[in-house]
Parts: sequence; structure tokens; C-alpha cells
Amino acid sequence: MATLAEKILAVHSNKKEVSPGDYVNCRVDLVLSNDITAPLAIMAFNKLGANKVFDPGKIIMLPDHFCPNKDIKSAEQAKMMREFAKQHGIIYFEVGQQMGIEHVLLPEQGFVLPGQVIIGADSHTCTYGALGAFTTGMGSTDIAVAMATGEIWMKVPPTIKFTYNGKLPKWISGKDLILYTIGDIGIDGALYSAMEFTGEAIEELPMSGRFTMSNMAIEAGGKAGLFSVDDKTREYMLQHSTKNYTVFSSDNDTDYSKSYEYDISDLEPQIAFPHLPSNTKPVSQVGDIKLDQVVIGSCTNGRLDDLRIAASLLKGKKVSPDLRCIIIPGTQKVYLEALKEGLVETFIKAGVAVSTPTCGPCLGGYMGVLAAGERCLSTTNRNFVGRMGSPDSEVYLASPAVAAASAISGKITSPEEVE
Amino acid sequence: MTLKGVAHKYGNDVNTDVIIPARYLNMSGADELAAHCMEDIDSTFITKVKQGDIIVAGSNFGCGSSREHAPLAIKTSGISCVIAHSFARIFFRNSIDIGLPLLECNEAATEIMDGDILEIDLANGKIENISKSKTYYAKPYPPFMMGIINSGGLVNYTKKSMGDTL
Repeated sequence: MATLAEKILAVHSNKKEVSPGDYVNCRVDLVLSNDITAPLAIMAFNKLGANKVFDPGKIIMLPDHFCPNKDIKSAEQAKMMREFAKQHGIIYFEVGQQMGIEHVLLPEQGFVLPGQVIIGADSHTCTYGALGAFTTGMGSTDIAVAMATGEIWMKVPPTIKFTYNGKLPKWISGKDLILYTIGDIGIDGALYSAMEFTGEAIEELPMSGRFTMSNMAIEAGGKAGLFSVDDKTREYMLQHSTKNYTVFSSDNDTDYSKSYEYDISDLEPQIAFPHLPSNTKPVSQVGDIKLDQVVIGSCTNGRLDDLRIAASLLKGKKVSPDLRCIIIPGTQKVYLEALKEGLVETFIKAGVAVSTPTCGPCLGGYMGVLAAGERCLSTTNRNFVGRMGSPDSEVYLASPAVAAASAISGKITSPEEVE
Repeated sequence: MTLKGVAHKYGNDVNTDVIIPARYLNMSGADELAAHCMEDIDSTFITKVKQGDIIVAGSNFGCGSSREHAPLAIKTSGISCVIAHSFARIFFRNSIDIGLPLLECNEAATEIMDGDILEIDLANGKIENISKSKTYYAKPYPPFMMGIINSGGLVNYTKKSMGDTL
């Protein structure tokens, strides 16, 4: 009687079984940091007095947040990370080369395997739970210790089960399911817990939608957002990796700390209003909300499926002259595929600004920072005060379908209205 | 260790974006970050905070990103401890890791008012509201975590436990 999370953590801490609340020292399969969090991790690594990393093949550093460098200071940070990575022979992805937003890139490049434990100095490291791996965000000091020792302490989380019954309605994506869930349980509704997603609608959900759901587990306070491995996962792994992996799954008679069950047959597209991801409304109850900007991209929704959905709505249409629409493919590979499929042409003809992969505007870095009084609808993951720029701006979160529909009409709009 | 200072009170879900906005994350220096601490929730914070002061807040303090810059900015601004109903888990880890004490106490977090003078006996989790003559006890840390705290953070703790094997 154990959950998926407990089984993975037990194996990685050389124990037969673990229980929620146990403190374990856990082996890590991959340790990640980026241009914002790596500098502090490198400083902590140096303070530790460590001479070398535990295994350079299991450590990844990559520039994605403020890269290509947005200013001199971020250039200095990226340089510090690049030099450390080269010095220690760490896996590193350079701007322009086979790079991208970390949580889109790592699964795409086959670095994530089911059953692994992965930690990253980025809160959205929970994204890889979609592949049945226990992966979670930590801070720079934890990452420094893991880089030196290959281990990290963890408190075994309780697991909350979320079951989604019914058939996915047209236009309903992983983003809508997770926004609806966070709206229901609140932004600390899964605090310290692992979330496990299951049910008829989940079986139907493509991998891209599962990544989106796992990605936003942290927005409910979750430590991980997990899916069981099924045929869709195996198919994804076949396409992205040749490595062997171990599949774990929750026992049928497992006691979850809590269970939620939803019937999503009639679910509408969900919009999170400022300034919390839990502040959700169905699109029919949004009212008349004019927008200054629409962003489609990020580790939440920067995958090829997301761009395809946006293009299907934008094809032959024009973005409202009163707003800026920015689309950011998650990786170079996504960008290239989008070019080959003609999606980029569709976007540019519609009046969209298409960017090289970067986290950029999601955290108010660059490539679409908001002025005071401006409103943005974004497919990203957070809408806190000042998240995308001025503390007096507003961010609404939604799916790529809602984002594309809204870019055309200039206000928050259901995809049904423009198709 | 005894900590003493003035309470700065905030509400629920104080997130890392308002503690240290991402526009300052192109820097890693503790003093540079501290200069913008709490800027998007309380632009006067940095002018009024004094060494030893204490932040008191509601539930889910520190939610959002994994940026260790957030507890680092708070600690460097002079704050000696944060008291809250509850903390977001990454922020909690980061604070313990860098030696910023956190205390979870519902009653204290609810009843302490902005400007109250507090004294904290960290080893015993005792919070004394000197202004209101009221005493509270915070949830004790598990022994494992006390080890990290007593070492002054995870770097020293790891150094001690790993020694020459690093």
C-alpha cells in the first residue's frame, strides 16, 4: 500500500518503504539550475569547499530566463554559469543551439525518465511529474549540496488524488483542468503534498496537457504533480529517449491523504483573474475585459501542441490592432517544427511577434513587460502583483485557445466565438 | 538565541514576486537584493525596517518561485525571523538553508499587530509580544531540521557531516 511518490522516494533512499512525514536522504538522478538560480548555487557550492561535482553527466545548467542576455547584469550572471559549467564538464545548452525553456527542453531531449528523482532550482521543476518521475523545485543552496553530494534531504509528502471523470469537451486542455483544480482547492490547497492526477479525462489528455498540469502543481503549493505511466507516456518516451526506465504506480488500495473527484464533461475554458492563479472563472462569466497584450508560451504552454491550437484559431485572421500578441516557442526544436508546419507564417501574417525561446515576459524579465494600467492575458503560470511588469498591471491566465481567440477580438474571448 | 524587534505585519499568500520582483533577479548580491525587499507589497518597508525586526504574516508565506533571493533579501534587510500561519515549502527550505529562522504559529500570526515589539526565544519557539504582554509558542522543529538550524544553515551542516569527502 504505497503511492507512486512513496515508491520512487523509497527506492532512491535505499529503503523498503517510506511514509508521509519521514525525512529521507534521497539520491538524485538529475540536478538543474538556470541563469537566475545558478549564480547563487555556484556561490554556495564554493562556500561548501567542494572540489568537484558528484557526476557532471547528471547536472544541467542552462540559460533561459533572461537569455539571450537582456542587459549587462544578466549577461554577467549567464557568463558565471557558463564558465562554471565548462570548468566542471556539466551538461550545458547554449543560446541558439539545441536550447529552450528548461522544462520544455529536458523531456524533449530525453533527459527525464519515468521513476527518476529530479530536483531543480526552479519552482516549475515539478513539470516532469507528467512522465511519472518525482521531480520538484528547490532553492540554490539545496542545488549546490546536491551538485556536490548527489543527494538531498526530503520530507516524504502525503499524496492527494485528483480524479477527472467525463470526456474532454472541445477546447478544454490541461490548462483548464489545472486552473479549475487550483480554483477549487486554492493556492495552498496541496501545500507540501504530492498531487496525483487520474481518471477517464486524463487518459485522453495528450502529454503536452499533462506537462501543463504537472507544471502548475506548485501553484497549488504542491511538491510534485504526478501521472501514472500509460500508453501515451510510453509512446512519448519511445520518441524522445532510448534509455531504460522503471515504472512505478500507486497501489490500488492506497490510502490517499485526500481525494477530489470532478466531472469535466461540461467544463468551460477557465480564466484566472488577477492576482492569484486560484481566482478562476469560466469564460462565460468573464464579462468585457479588454486586453493590451497576449502572450502564448512558457514552460506551461510553449509546446508544439499549444502553438498548433493557437495557429488553428489565428489562421487567416488578424490580431486586434489594439493589442500586442507575442508567441514564444518553448525550444529551438518546437520553433523549427512550427516553421515547417507553417505555424510561424500563420502567426506573422496574423500580426504576432514571434520570439526565440525564453522565459522572458512570464516573470516580467523582458520581451513583453507591462506598463502601469496594462492588462495581459497569458498562457503562463502566475498572475501575482507585478509578475509581468508594473505592480499596477494585471495578468489573466488561460489556455492557448483562449489566448489566441482573445488576441483576435482584443478582449477575453472563448475560442468558440472565433472558430 | 534571543531575537528582538518590531513586527511588520502582512496578509496571506505573500509571494516571492512581491518579496523580490524578478526585475532585480539579474543580480545575486545580498545587499543589492535587500535594497528592493518587499518593494511590490510595501514600498516603505526598506525605509522602516531595522536590524532585528520581525515579519508577521498569514498563510502560505513565500509562495511562488524557488528564488532563494527572497529569503536572502529578507535576511539581509535586517529581519531576524518570520512568523506566519504557514509557509510555502520551497521558501521554507530556502530559509532554513540560509539561516533565516521561521516560526509557524497561528495565534501569534493572527494576534500580533503591525508595530508590536516582539521578543523571541528561538530554541524554545517562545514568542513574546512585549507590547501586548502575551506569550505564544510556535510549532517545534523536527530534530533533523534543528541540526541544520544549529549549524547555521545547510552549507555548514553539509560541511560538518561530509567533511573531507566533499
